[in-house]
Amino acid sequence: MKLELREITKRFGDFTANDAISITVESGTVHALLGENGAGKSTLMNVLFGLYDADGGQILLDDEPVTFAGPGDAMAAGIGMVHQHFMLVPVFTVAENVMLGHEQVKGPAKMLDVAAARAKVRELSDRFGFDIDPDAIVENLSVGAQQRVEIIKALSRDAKVLILDEPTAVLTPQETDELLEIVRQLRDSGTAVVLITHKLREVKAVADTITVIRRGKVVGTAEPSASQEELASLMVGRDVSMTVDKDEAQVGDTMLEVSDLTVVDEDSQVTVLDNVSFEVKRGEILAVAGVQGNGQTELAEAILGVIAASSGSVRLDGDELTGRSIRDNLEAGIGFVPEDRTEDGVVATFTVANNLILDLYQGAPYSRRGAIDPKVVTSHAEEQVERFDVRTTSIEALTGSLSGGNQQKVVLARELARDLKLLIASQPTRGLDVGSIEFVHKRIIEERDKGVAVIIVSSELDEVYALADRIAVMYHGRIVDIVEPDTDRDTLGLMMAGAHGDEEEAA
Amino acid sequence: MSAPVVDAPVAQGPGASPAAPRTKSWKASIGLGVTALVSLLVFGLTTPSGVQTTFTIATSSDFVHLPSLTVPAKAAAVTLSLIALALAGYVAFRANQYRKVGIWLPIVFGMAVMGALLAWAGADRSGTTIQLTGLLTSSLFLAVPLVFGSLAGTLCERSGIINIAIEGQLLAGAFLAALLASMMGNAYVGLIAAPIAGGLVGWLLAVFATKYWVNQIVVGVVLNLLVLGLTSFFFSTLMSDNPSLNQPLGLPRVDIPLLSSIPVIGPVLFKQNLLVYIMYAAVIILQIMLFKSRWGLRVRSVGEHPKAADTVGIKVNRTRVRNTVLGGAIAGLGGAFFTVASGLAFGKEMTAGKGYIALAAMILGRWSPKGALAAALLFGFADALRVQLGIIGSDIPSQFLAMTPYLATIFAVAGLVGHSRPPAAEGTPYKK
Repeated sequence: MKLELREITKRFGDFTANDAISITVESGTVHALLGENGAGKSTLMNVLFGLYDADGGQILLDDEPVTFAGPGDAMAAGIGMVHQHFMLVPVFTVAENVMLGHEQVKGPAKMLDVAAARAKVRELSDRFGFDIDPDAIVENLSVGAQQRVEIIKALSRDAKVLILDEPTAVLTPQETDELLEIVRQLRDSGTAVVLITHKLREVKAVADTITVIRRGKVVGTAEPSASQEELASLMVGRDVSMTVDKDEAQVGDTMLEVSDLTVVDEDSQVTVLDNVSFEVKRGEILAVAGVQGNGQTELAEAILGVIAASSGSVRLDGDELTGRSIRDNLEAGIGFVPEDRTEDGVVATFTVANNLILDLYQGAPYSRRGAIDPKVVTSHAEEQVERFDVRTTSIEALTGSLSGGNQQKVVLARELARDLKLLIASQPTRGLDVGSIEFVHKRIIEERDKGVAVIIVSSELDEVYALADRIAVMYHGRIVDIVEPDTDRDTLGLMMAGAHGDEEEAA
Repeated sequence: MSAPVVDAPVAQGPGASPAAPRTKSWKASIGLGVTALVSLLVFGLTTPSGVQTTFTIATSSDFVHLPSLTVPAKAAAVTLSLIALALAGYVAFRANQYRKVGIWLPIVFGMAVMGALLAWAGADRSGTTIQLTGLLTSSLFLAVPLVFGSLAGTLCERSGIINIAIEGQLLAGAFLAALLASMMGNAYVGLIAAPIAGGLVGWLLAVFATKYWVNQIVVGVVLNLLVLGLTSFFFSTLMSDNPSLNQPLGLPRVDIPLLSSIPVIGPVLFKQNLLVYIMYAAVIILQIMLFKSRWGLRVRSVGEHPKAADTVGIKVNRTRVRNTVLGGAIAGLGGAFFTVASGLAFGKEMTAGKGYIALAAMILGRWSPKGALAAALLFGFADALRVQLGIIGSDIPSQFLAMTPYLATIFAVAGLVGHSRPPAAEGTPYKK
């Protein structure tokens, strides 16, 4: 089936998310939509899938114009979508999720034919070698398996066009390879695949055609043979260096010493951190790699004291941090860039100026005798906005109105305003454009070069390689191993899936 | 009966990996064990030796006549407490194997402890006996509005709408049932009128929740007050001016042939009025439909992950409105209990907080119809026990007796429910 989008335009208020975008996808091909976060790729696909109404343009299937009032229509027409955030009901079984919305039923009361749904899942699972149990509860499956359930869900509706929205964001490198293999199989069986991504490697590995989108417009098409640099500059709109310049680390004495740190979740009684021990020295960056949800978040939070350690110790420059208040720990010289910027990093309804003093307002010169001095706050804010190149209309603008990259700069500006001994940054560049990524990376390396011990938590291997002086890989709440930054991608990938680095070398 | 019994040791490790380490939870067994020990010490050991408690099992009109059971009070209280202790031990044994126990356990446990209480309270009271059949019959009867109310709550919350307005729906049902039944002079008319009144309240809730995205708890509370005000107004104007519009009509008792002749459970279960039989049917049908039918699957998906439901073409808000109206109608039908099913005229605020207890029963029943039934029966039993203890003239002050159903509610919700998981999307309006 041939899918054609013609001059699709979608506006949100004044903002044009899609500006007359046209693409054509032939059956049996993989069409990659490449663009940065916020370029308008997902909006375009949500228009195609009937989740948004387009403000202009046409969708054609086999040269026939179609309109979709909702996802149900799109699916009936043979379009399937695997969303970036999975559309699976966590407490349902695989079979229930797959049949939901187009159930086979028996009798006048429309009782579910679970056996038929099971058989369907088994058949598709066997055909593509997915190894999915139809009776497994979805929330107990790994992320990769959940994604395969999503693919089965789309295929069970006879999807002729399959849209994959940022499918590899949550996968280990090995799972990514498996997914790309599945994409090839689907293509060979005649499915048209639309791959939405900002990862150049995947595009080059699997795409037949590449359309690059920037700020809601198609800025060009490319062949998969194009180099990563060419694709990146097309995507960003200027030349980009794919590496971060940094000097050899000038490593000093041990700054942070974590020993046997264990955290048991109060509610679920699950051990989220299991006897973690490592140390970070002055002037070095330790990158904590791993697939999301393997304890990295908890590690960062446990060091600061956001979550309480069940046992073990965390020593900063010789002082024990566990059992102390977060404020004491911040004052001891920890800078903390939280993983969820909008939720934990800034107060969206506060001004930029106020966000910049969230952890400074208590003492002089920002406040005196319990009252905040607005002049000092203003001058501080102006200075920081200047220094960190925060693009905002005014320091009195609400922080929530800033772009993700600029919000992140506000967080960094605030955390780096104090004299630090340790900087912990979780997913520091998630969702940022390439320009902001370069800026944030440069700032982090500057801190390192000032002799600060730095911990970076990142699930992006590119970022880990760009920054790390040493790499710690986490799996199921444990540190699998700490390795040198020249360890290759495959080995890291296996470690992220729990295999021990040494064993791999021996094997 | 105060401990989380249902801590399922779900393997939800980092990344929800099944291999994550699990920790044993002893809270449930400790809580139950302490309660059983208290029962043993207070009811078992303070009961004087050598006195009797008489339990009357059957009424004289029964087909099979069973003699009264007179037991040594101390032995009975001690035995029942030991049974409770054994149940606590069983929970500990299961916890040791990372297993959870069914909802039957807290209910049997509760009944054993309450039995010990009865043996203790009834000891050495010649002339008064504990009417077991009567106790069970009134447990079931008092549970009727709770069952309907918690079924209503289950239907709404499974689709993602929090229904705090059960109280108002019960009251509206009770009012309209009394009014229309009195106008028509036929109690059965009440069974048709009541769900209409409740459904209307449910519809209001649904519209405000899905169309105007008002906080559902606030709307629910406001609706409760609205219904309270309206019914009180009409009660003191319309009904007090025309007493013929508020007559104490009662549904006749319908004995089911054969089944009602079974000793003990026959009279308890099958010598009731039509509303109670509708309740049996409602629980069974909803239990099956909610978990085995296409409708049920779609409803549950809307309550758990509305966006996922939308992406497969299920109309989220339409489902929610329908369920909330249906839920309201069911609660309204339960309201008929207070007037036509009890043979009483409508009275101001006559639901007296039963709607909120129904909400607790829904939570304790883990959002399933059969759980709602079991939990409502437990609360009904607590209520009936209060009445029974009042009759035999217990030493416990009547105010404390009046508290038992509410105490049971708090213990049950705080303790027994533990980590039970409500539908993930409840209370959150669905906006595209």
